[in-house]
Amino acid sequence: MLKQRPFLIETLTAVGLIVAPFVLPHLGFAPNTVNRILVWGLFGLGFDILFGFTGLLSFGQSAFYGTGGFVAAYLLTRAGFSNVLGALVIGMIAAAATGYLIGLIALRRTGIYFAMITVAIAEVFFFVEFNPLSDFTGGENGLPGVPTPSFDLGFTSIHFTNGWSLYQFIALCYFVGVIIALRIVRSPVGAILSAIRDNPLRATAVGHNIHGYKLTAFVIAAAYAGFAGGLLGVLQAFMPPDAFTFDTSGQLVMQTAIGGRGTLFGPLVGATVWLFLQDFLQSALGLGAAWKLVLGVVFVLLVCFLRGGIIGGLVDLYGFISGKRARKAAETEEIDVETPQAPPAPMQAKEVAHPAYSGPILKATGLTKRYGGLVANSDIDFSVDQGELRGIIGPNGAGKSTFFKMLTCEVAPTSGQIMFEGRNITGLKVTEVCQLGLTKSYQVNQLFTGLTVRQNLTIAALAELRGKFRLDLFRSLAGVKGLTEQVEHTLALVNLTRRADTPVSELAYGEKRRLEIGLALATSPRLLLLDEPLAGMSPRERVETVKLLKSIARGRTMIIIDHDMDSLFELVERVTVLQEGRVLVSGTPEEIKTNAAVQEAYLGGVHGEIAA
Amino acid sequence: MISWPNLVSQLFNGLALGALLALISSGLTIIYGTLGVLNLAHGAMFMIGGYAGFVTYQYTESFILAVIAGSLFVMLLGIVMERTIIRHFYHRPHEDQLLVTFGLGICFVEIIRLIFSSQSQLVPPPAIFQGITNLGFMFYPTYRLAVVGIVAIALGALFIVLYRTRLGMIVRAGIEDSVMVDSLGINVYRVFMMVFGIGAMAAGFAGIVNAPVVSLTPGIGDDILVQTFVVVVIGGVGSFPGAILGGLIAGEIISVTSMFNPGYAYVMLFAAMTLVLVVRPHGLLGVQGRE
Repeated sequence: MLKQRPFLIETLTAVGLIVAPFVLPHLGFAPNTVNRILVWGLFGLGFDILFGFTGLLSFGQSAFYGTGGFVAAYLLTRAGFSNVLGALVIGMIAAAATGYLIGLIALRRTGIYFAMITVAIAEVFFFVEFNPLSDFTGGENGLPGVPTPSFDLGFTSIHFTNGWSLYQFIALCYFVGVIIALRIVRSPVGAILSAIRDNPLRATAVGHNIHGYKLTAFVIAAAYAGFAGGLLGVLQAFMPPDAFTFDTSGQLVMQTAIGGRGTLFGPLVGATVWLFLQDFLQSALGLGAAWKLVLGVVFVLLVCFLRGGIIGGLVDLYGFISGKRARKAAETEEIDVETPQAPPAPMQAKEVAHPAYSGPILKATGLTKRYGGLVANSDIDFSVDQGELRGIIGPNGAGKSTFFKMLTCEVAPTSGQIMFEGRNITGLKVTEVCQLGLTKSYQVNQLFTGLTVRQNLTIAALAELRGKFRLDLFRSLAGVKGLTEQVEHTLALVNLTRRADTPVSELAYGEKRRLEIGLALATSPRLLLLDEPLAGMSPRERVETVKLLKSIARGRTMIIIDHDMDSLFELVERVTVLQEGRVLVSGTPEEIKTNAAVQEAYLGGVHGEIAA
Repeated sequence: MISWPNLVSQLFNGLALGALLALISSGLTIIYGTLGVLNLAHGAMFMIGGYAGFVTYQYTESFILAVIAGSLFVMLLGIVMERTIIRHFYHRPHEDQLLVTFGLGICFVEIIRLIFSSQSQLVPPPAIFQGITNLGFMFYPTYRLAVVGIVAIALGALFIVLYRTRLGMIVRAGIEDSVMVDSLGINVYRVFMMVFGIGAMAAGFAGIVNAPVVSLTPGIGDDILVQTFVVVVIGGVGSFPGAILGGLIAGEIISVTSMFNPGYAYVMLFAAMTLVLVVRPHGLLGVQGRE
């Protein structure tokens, strides 16, 4: 909603930070409280990239907060290091490096496993700080005497001591943190992180190395945590050992959820609410120790009823108020959706890696897949020539989808070999195969349902334009060469240009099916597999989709599974019939139509009865 | 420094701790396996079991009644929690389930802190298990030996419920394939409620049985929760045998390491978990699929 104006959020943040010291004292905020809020907010910026944007809920951020804090504090108090900013940066690097190592282990699993592992890891750090490393960390005493920063500018020196003076330094750090976080979130990497949260399976299938990107998010979060930890020591002139406790991680999680995940500013808002309520409930209402119970109840209620937290709630409210007006305007417009458009130019497939190769584009030999005792595919030999349009038919349970999954390397064959453009791809990962130029549209839609149509296609196109892993954290999406063209072109091809900025969840079924094909198409495959592209469509949508498939078939090879034989036979040049996991017969549509064995397979012996 | 009696005594400590962890983890793992919800308030359930037993003991001076009341109270709490809150989260993302159970856990801890303050409370062991026992080669606190026996009986009971009853069959089938169980016309929601109650009760029972070994504080469940996670990761999520094996391994690692330096107990535990994650990512006895 605020995307139109560049640097709007940056400007608002700067204004807010400048105005704060003049406004907040009147609202009962002590400078020290404001500084603590900013430290939590900075800590939370990285955490929100990990949790809100990538969907990885870590309960172990205290490990990095503490690591960064103690490295910086140790340098400043015991090692005779005098440059405060330098120590903070070194602490940040140490935390990021730790995050990298921990991420390698924790990211071996996802979901609840990830949460459990991060909890366990954080606990280890707590005990290590207290015991084996207590000579360096001061054990339960922490490290007192952390100095505040001062900068010698030659003619004068600036010393940020405490209160509002120190605020200037911390606010500047926070501002830089916000700018970096915004760049990351708006970069191609940021877009891919959202895709991972939404649908990791499809993010992998369109050709992104999601493990690498998750690790990136983890390291970013650790770096922010490390810097914030260092600031905590500077702020309190003392590095407290409880930075390492599970409570620290828990408080961060709760503040982020209270403020609003996936907003970057949620943790700041959450910290404000948290620290304000803590003061207010304890002193003004005299609740004493009960303040945490009140916060706990508030938190549970928010998770139950206001998933987006405070910011999410405000955005919804804004959308509700402004949306009413917008919808009225839109209603008058949406009637002429069906206007036919000029067919867009066909889209180029990606360049061949070794153009000299001229054999069949795909050749599978002896492909077999067993699930325990069940044989899904057995000894399939299959070959498709470049530029061919091949159909695959077969009764339900013939093993068509399993066959496709093996070709795209989603499942590994029990035995057999797959050659793509003369290259053995057996045992490769689905991501690598997609990068080589072979991908599939799914039988059951696998879309990024939380994103818009344009964002969906952008994710797929990014994989083709940037490769499976690239750390262009500070490049804007607009800076990716050819991205806009490719997305617009795909939009036009699948006839969704009008719906480009609609969230996927609001699309009609037929539109979702077209987007599903569009996702595969946007990766510019040379060999495109389509698993029942016509399934569930109305007769009119089928005609449209067949037209679409014909137009994208130019310049690329396609293999199509479908049950709609009339449409399929009209479309393809050759048909392979699968039955009970084996190839029954291959031939032109005409040959297949008249083949006795095929009729037998489909009509189950009727043929024989007629003869008798 | 390492003497045989000392080592054997630590091995026994490890067995007692491991048995407790096995019981608590079983509760966590069958809830997760069946309902797909990781209950971060499980540590708080353990703690509340201890306090509920403590209160009963104050009034009745009977340890057996304390154990019964403690377990039943936590089971009831689990059922109420499932009915009122958890059931609304079955179709929400894992993160939300984690957040809400985490928040509930904090609420429980704070409520207990309000009522009983942060001071530690003591429940003495029952009269017949007081004192120390001469094992021939060393002396060992009788109650700790009894803990192993009591928990073994509880695990046996849980085994019978899981493997010999209709409910258990549904639970195990649900761990394998909850969609299928659903479509077989079984009232899954009632089963879910029972499972949540039984899983919570396992933690509550462990909480009161453990109370005479260590003193009760509101935060007692936090460490246990972390250890339980490690147990479940080592044993494999959703696996009852895995929880027992993982529990015993974790208990022994903590105890034996503590003999040399308590500070390294968690480090070793973590090292073991990492090793399992690298060699067998789905846990020692876990199966692929559920995540």
